[in-house]
Amino acid sequence: MNQIPTNVGLLRSILVSFIRNEVQKVGVDRVVVGLSGGVDSSLSAMLAAEALGQSHILGVMLPYVSSSPESLSHAELVVQKSGIESLIVDITRQIDAYFEQFPVADQRRRGNKMARERMTILYDHSARWNALVLGTSNKTELLLGYGTLYGDMASAINPLGDLYKTQVWALAEFVGVPEVIVSKKPSADLWAGQTDEGELGFSYSEVDRLLYLMVDERYSREELIAEGIPDGFVDDVTLRIMNSQFKRRLPVIAKISQRTVDRDFRYARDWGK
Amino acid sequence: MSYRFGIAQINPKLGDVEANLALYEEKLRQARDKGVELLLFPELTLTGYFLRDMVPNVALKLSSRVIQHLKGLSKKVGFVAGMVEESSDYRFFNAAIHFEAGEIRHVHRKVYLPTYGMFDEQRYFARGDRIRAYDTKFGRIAILLCEDLWHPSTIGLAALDGALAILCPSASPLRGLTEGRVQDDNARYWEMINQAYAETFNLFLIFGNRVGFEDGVGFWGGSEILDPFGKRVAKAKYYDEDLIVGEVAFESVRRKRTMAPILRDEDLDLTINELMRIRERPSQLKIQEKAPRKGGLKVKGNKG
Repeated sequence: MNQIPTNVGLLRSILVSFIRNEVQKVGVDRVVVGLSGGVDSSLSAMLAAEALGQSHILGVMLPYVSSSPESLSHAELVVQKSGIESLIVDITRQIDAYFEQFPVADQRRRGNKMARERMTILYDHSARWNALVLGTSNKTELLLGYGTLYGDMASAINPLGDLYKTQVWALAEFVGVPEVIVSKKPSADLWAGQTDEGELGFSYSEVDRLLYLMVDERYSREELIAEGIPDGFVDDVTLRIMNSQFKRRLPVIAKISQRTVDRDFRYARDWGK
Repeated sequence: MSYRFGIAQINPKLGDVEANLALYEEKLRQARDKGVELLLFPELTLTGYFLRDMVPNVALKLSSRVIQHLKGLSKKVGFVAGMVEESSDYRFFNAAIHFEAGEIRHVHRKVYLPTYGMFDEQRYFARGDRIRAYDTKFGRIAILLCEDLWHPSTIGLAALDGALAILCPSASPLRGLTEGRVQDDNARYWEMINQAYAETFNLFLIFGNRVGFEDGVGFWGGSEILDPFGKRVAKAKYYDEDLIVGEVAFESVRRKRTMAPILRDEDLDLTINELMRIRERPSQLKIQEKAPRKGGLKVKGNKG
């Protein structure tokens, strides 16, 4: 059975090189990262500290009044351990001011608004500090579409985007992310009691096994079922991936000219770097 | 006779020929100080690899100023450069050019252009149409660019054409992880075939790969020189810049081929005959011959 590889030694050195190379070639040497107290942002921040030096990382904590107090204290743990710069920006006032105008808004809308508010703050600080925004979305989230478009999904460079959650956990443990963060239940913490696995309806270890075989190893539906994966689960996840493809692309542009952005106007992001 | 060959494992700037030219000059100076007689630069290091629509912007005609400059640089130390060559009829090639003693000794245009997964070469480049060994002051050698070496036919042709050493400039991206290894899976695959080819075709295999990242894709370095016994006479770092030097002694090719004269016994006529037979093989498509129906013409959709 194909297992998700977690060669943590090699992963760490490649990702540290990646951060250093892709940040410095743009002509900056600092990054800004939103610290949620979760394992992804903690790992991202600690890899960046190794790549660029602790004083070159700004960890921004962005609590809302209903955020779990644990989120903040866990983020502080990472700041202490890594020695990075930090800042707390409470987003309660601006979020509440907005929803006073539109009080009949469900949890999903409020959660997305918070995610996007956090994004705008990180980008503002990246401009203020001449830094890049460091991403934290992992491959599992990206494939399932479990992230807010232009919210937590927005960043300049993302070292975790090709790692499944399973690999994030393994690497986080290796790199020294505090144990309490590595072992806690993942949560977007956008409303009380929210957990990733509760929302998704399956565990990360189950879905990572499926995604690795389906996506990386290109197993067909028949081959996946032969591996003992329930056909309903295979179909549900396939549908989620398909229906979230829009989150992984630029907006659809009507093609009119002979040469259209992102279609036949093709240049590397690292153009000239 | 033994020669000092070097490999410049560098991290070029994407799309900036002038900057990379300066990098080439710096590496040639370092190589000269180390007594290197032939320096291998990896694939497309004069331009960067993921050029996409920039290909026409960085392409060089053989008559261009940059090529004349490169010729001049080769007066003391010969070298193989990786760049985009523009033909007189405006086709662009992924090319490696051997500069020696102020002249172009050979141009190899990449034949096999990977266009799958993360690769898109055949969109931008024309395919090369030959695999040739050529003579140099060191002996007869051949250049195969990266993917060229993944096709079993090419090294066979080069060896049969008399190559005693294969130069393989590459821009090979890192990918795939396995537990307990010091290098990524793609690196490991390359190392396996480099060694197998050196030992099987009884020649020197000089594999030059680059490092650095382009749009998040890292290149694994790991350049190496293997002798005909499969021994690594030089090995560069993984994932980091380096400049390695190794002794290439053609005496060891003589000794190995005396012990194991595989190439000597290769039956070229058999190979040609079998290839021609395989090429002329009838199509796999089977056309069903049905017996004619009784009762006249039946039009599809009409029942009864």
